[in-house]
Amino acid sequence: MELTQVDEILDRHECQQSNLLAIMQDIQAEENWLPRDALRRVSERVGVSVAHLYRLATFFEAFHLEPRGKHIWTVCMGTACHVRGAKLLAEKLERDMDVDERGNTADMEHTVEEVNCVGACALGPLIIVDGKYHGNMTSTKVDKVYKGYDLKPMTGGEE
Amino acid sequence: MTINTPAELEAKRGEIVSARDPNREAIAICAGTGCIAYGSNELFEAFEAGAKEAGVELDVRMTGCHGFCERGPLVVVYPEKIFYQRVQPKDVPEIIEKTVKGGEVIERLCYVDPVTDERYTHEEEVPFYKHQERLILGNNGLIDPTSIEDYIGIGGYKGMAKAFAMGRDAVLKEVMDARLRGRGGGGFEAGWKWKFCREAEGDTKYILCNADEGDPGAFMDRSILEGNPHSVIEGMVIGAWAIGGTDGYIYVRNEYPLAVQRLGIALDQAREWGLLGKDILGSGLDFDIQINRGGGAFVCGESTALMLSIEGKVGEPRAKHIHTAESGLWEKPTNLNNVETWANVPAILDRGAEWFCSMGTEGSTGTKIFSLVGKVNNTGLVEVPMGITLREIVEKIGGGVPSGTFKAVQTGGPSGGCLPASELDLPVDFDALTAKGSMMGSGGMIVMDEETCMVDFAKYFTNFLRFESCGKCTTCRDGLHQMHGILQRICDGKGTEADLDLIEELGETIHEGSLCALGGTAANPVLSTLKYFRDEYLAHIVDHRCPARVCQELITFTIDNDKCTGCTLCAKRCPTGAITGEKKGPHYIDQDKCIKCRVCYDACPTKWAAVDIA
Amino acid sequence: MAKITVISPKGARRELEAEEGASLLRVLLDAGIEVPHLCYHEALSAYGACRLCLVEVKKGKKRTLTTSCNYPVRDGIEVYHDTDKVVRNRKMVLELTLAKSPGIPALIDLAEAHGLKQDEVRFPLDHANDCILCGLCERVCREGVGAEAITFSQRGDKKEIQTPFAIPTMACIGCASCAHICPTGHIKAEETPLWTQIWGRQFKKVRCLECGAPLVTEAQRDHLVETRGFAADYFEYCDVCKRTRQAEHFATVGR
Repeated sequence: MELTQVDEILDRHECQQSNLLAIMQDIQAEENWLPRDALRRVSERVGVSVAHLYRLATFFEAFHLEPRGKHIWTVCMGTACHVRGAKLLAEKLERDMDVDERGNTADMEHTVEEVNCVGACALGPLIIVDGKYHGNMTSTKVDKVYKGYDLKPMTGGEE
Repeated sequence: MTINTPAELEAKRGEIVSARDPNREAIAICAGTGCIAYGSNELFEAFEAGAKEAGVELDVRMTGCHGFCERGPLVVVYPEKIFYQRVQPKDVPEIIEKTVKGGEVIERLCYVDPVTDERYTHEEEVPFYKHQERLILGNNGLIDPTSIEDYIGIGGYKGMAKAFAMGRDAVLKEVMDARLRGRGGGGFEAGWKWKFCREAEGDTKYILCNADEGDPGAFMDRSILEGNPHSVIEGMVIGAWAIGGTDGYIYVRNEYPLAVQRLGIALDQAREWGLLGKDILGSGLDFDIQINRGGGAFVCGESTALMLSIEGKVGEPRAKHIHTAESGLWEKPTNLNNVETWANVPAILDRGAEWFCSMGTEGSTGTKIFSLVGKVNNTGLVEVPMGITLREIVEKIGGGVPSGTFKAVQTGGPSGGCLPASELDLPVDFDALTAKGSMMGSGGMIVMDEETCMVDFAKYFTNFLRFESCGKCTTCRDGLHQMHGILQRICDGKGTEADLDLIEELGETIHEGSLCALGGTAANPVLSTLKYFRDEYLAHIVDHRCPARVCQELITFTIDNDKCTGCTLCAKRCPTGAITGEKKGPHYIDQDKCIKCRVCYDACPTKWAAVDIA
Repeated sequence: MAKITVISPKGARRELEAEEGASLLRVLLDAGIEVPHLCYHEALSAYGACRLCLVEVKKGKKRTLTTSCNYPVRDGIEVYHDTDKVVRNRKMVLELTLAKSPGIPALIDLAEAHGLKQDEVRFPLDHANDCILCGLCERVCREGVGAEAITFSQRGDKKEIQTPFAIPTMACIGCASCAHICPTGHIKAEETPLWTQIWGRQFKKVRCLECGAPLVTEAQRDHLVETRGFAADYFEYCDVCKRTRQAEHFATVGR
């Protein structure tokens, strides 16, 4: 990420500490993660320590300090979705895509993440893929969503 | 377009209303998140295109959430107010031809009660709506949330004008007389909060709106923000007037981008029209509002954590020995209220405290919006007068449980508790719910049936809380960590009866020893399930059995070969190759390879339902 | 000045005088009342994390269980220490703390002093690390030293103390104040006469120009000169050699 992009964002938010979360969200919107150099620039211009920014970035779920996959698969883990089977759904996605502990596939094409309720409870259990909501999911219906992304479910005996 | 006086506002309102022919043909399409996910944007395009093609003058409008999410996409055809549900783009030409042009009702698009088989044509008749009191939510369906004219057309900013005319003291008194209790979970009387902040010393005072709605399963605030953002703005201006507020912030959780967008539009419009900013309506009040976005932390719904987050710091709550009304955001006097609380304020000013108190109960006046979700037929947002029973909500409005067996309802989110069937006649009111070990909370109401394991449910909330805890207090952080460990052991069939006593002891310390309400209420879900469903805990511990057939370590998947037709779908889908069998022959699950993922259960066609979980 | 009343578990009442707004824990400790605490240090702001310093405070009609370190003294409050409620909760807190950081002599002694033996802990013992998340290290680094080299990372039961990005940081000056203040020994500084190793970096020490004794790290000297107004030559000699040189100076200058 270019430092000029970071500076632009900082200028827009007037380098205010009270706009730190918004600044970090805007930076992250560029590439889906928060590069270290970008944070160091924020530290310089807003006048807070890098440690403080690191604390914010790790405290708040919205931020990611490592690159993420091209396609983000968000599984809602809200209560209504839980009661309708969200946990097994998340496990299926993670298993089928063979993600690492950060939820990324090896080729960095996909990331599976869990979120604590997106507020679309009538559609539960649901997944949001690249911003598109897919509701009333079952393991069978998820396989249909995979087709649009050239993914296949894991099946025994097949490598 | 600046409006400078209340008289000008009324004149403008008159203009808007008279310019709208109440008998004009219009289509209202629900634009709540649920319906958008189901395709209401495509419906909008289809109606616009369809109207053009048919040569019909049609006012097509995307409105705020209508609440009946289960049946979305929802469409209301005016002027007859014909209510259509589960509408698809392919239905649009027919609707234009038959209903708009011909005045005919298309039966298959009408709501049919699954139990009585009765068909309903109009929204107010549908049982889901009939038993509600849609004071706040009712407006959603009448307006395009991105149109300030629509809001003014239905009476918007009238309460605010009245407040200016009444004077600050009278406004404070009115809100106090209404006994409006916080709708976010705390249940504190808003009027008293306002009074403390008003009396605090200082020229700069902050008026905040808590739109962090973090309770999983709750989306009431989302619907108000997306469906009628001006109602919140108007409420906050009235609050600023009564309290002496100078600057406002609406703290919206990160997961609600549409709400942020619609609020942004509404704020710009309000400023443009002079209803926000300097010398509002000539009252002398200078007040503006900014949006501040959360970063994904449930704990930031706690007032001190929310304020720290706005300051650009981590949301670790602080002790409230000095109240935020005296010293809050940037150590200035601050008044924080929830979205729904603010949304109630304009109506209280417009129609009076006495009217407000005529609804609800003595201790809990007015209405409350609940998100009725889970194992219930009519999932959606419901608004009811306080004091209505749980049974009426679940059965009359909710249409009951699909599987037929109600097991429990959870209220109050992670801070609340479960109530079993024996408590269904409990009136829904702040004090009644708290007395039974649960609480009102923000309004999430999760219905559960026989397929919900209460131990797993308690574990779910405990897991949620230990992840969302800020992590400062040993009692909360380590306490929830250990509580989760105990519950996991019980779910895995490794629990002991002594664990139940330990749960209670630990729960007490988590409750008594923690700083903030997150820790303070964290043990509620576990303790309430233990109170009402102790037998289920004992089944896991003593019998190594999960009656609801959820806990993976305690269940076994087998194939009933009397039912199996050998279609091989399950074997093909099984991720670990645990199922063997020939086409048209019996199938068997190798228990060593089975990971209890339920994919086979989902795959087996319902007409055979040959996979057994025991 | 505020007047407060302290009530002992047996009911004995004591009047104490203290500054309005002072830390209640400080006031109690100064009065000789033993209140256990792990995350409090008089030189740093109160944090209220360990939950050991619990007391019950009655203000007006309300009596609440609260941590005393961050409770601001008010005129007229009644403070109940070591009540059944306090003792019960304190014991559970100790049990949780021992489970999180077992095998630490200081913690074991503290627990035993309050009636809890480590083998009585009913939770699984986590031997992964010795940090009790008291925050003293990050507070001394931030408030005391002003380096802000370490911070709390994450939240909930994943919370931990870390350097930014969990990599060695240039913000650290190798002063090892964090290791010195850490109550469990979780933070370790390796010391030799030539260097200090801490948080993944090796810091060269400044050595006495006269005798070669190690003083502070170079980074620490630079930090103190830059931010605390120390003169650079303050760190050229160790205390012993400073005295000797001073003495020699007086001896040569004469009257």
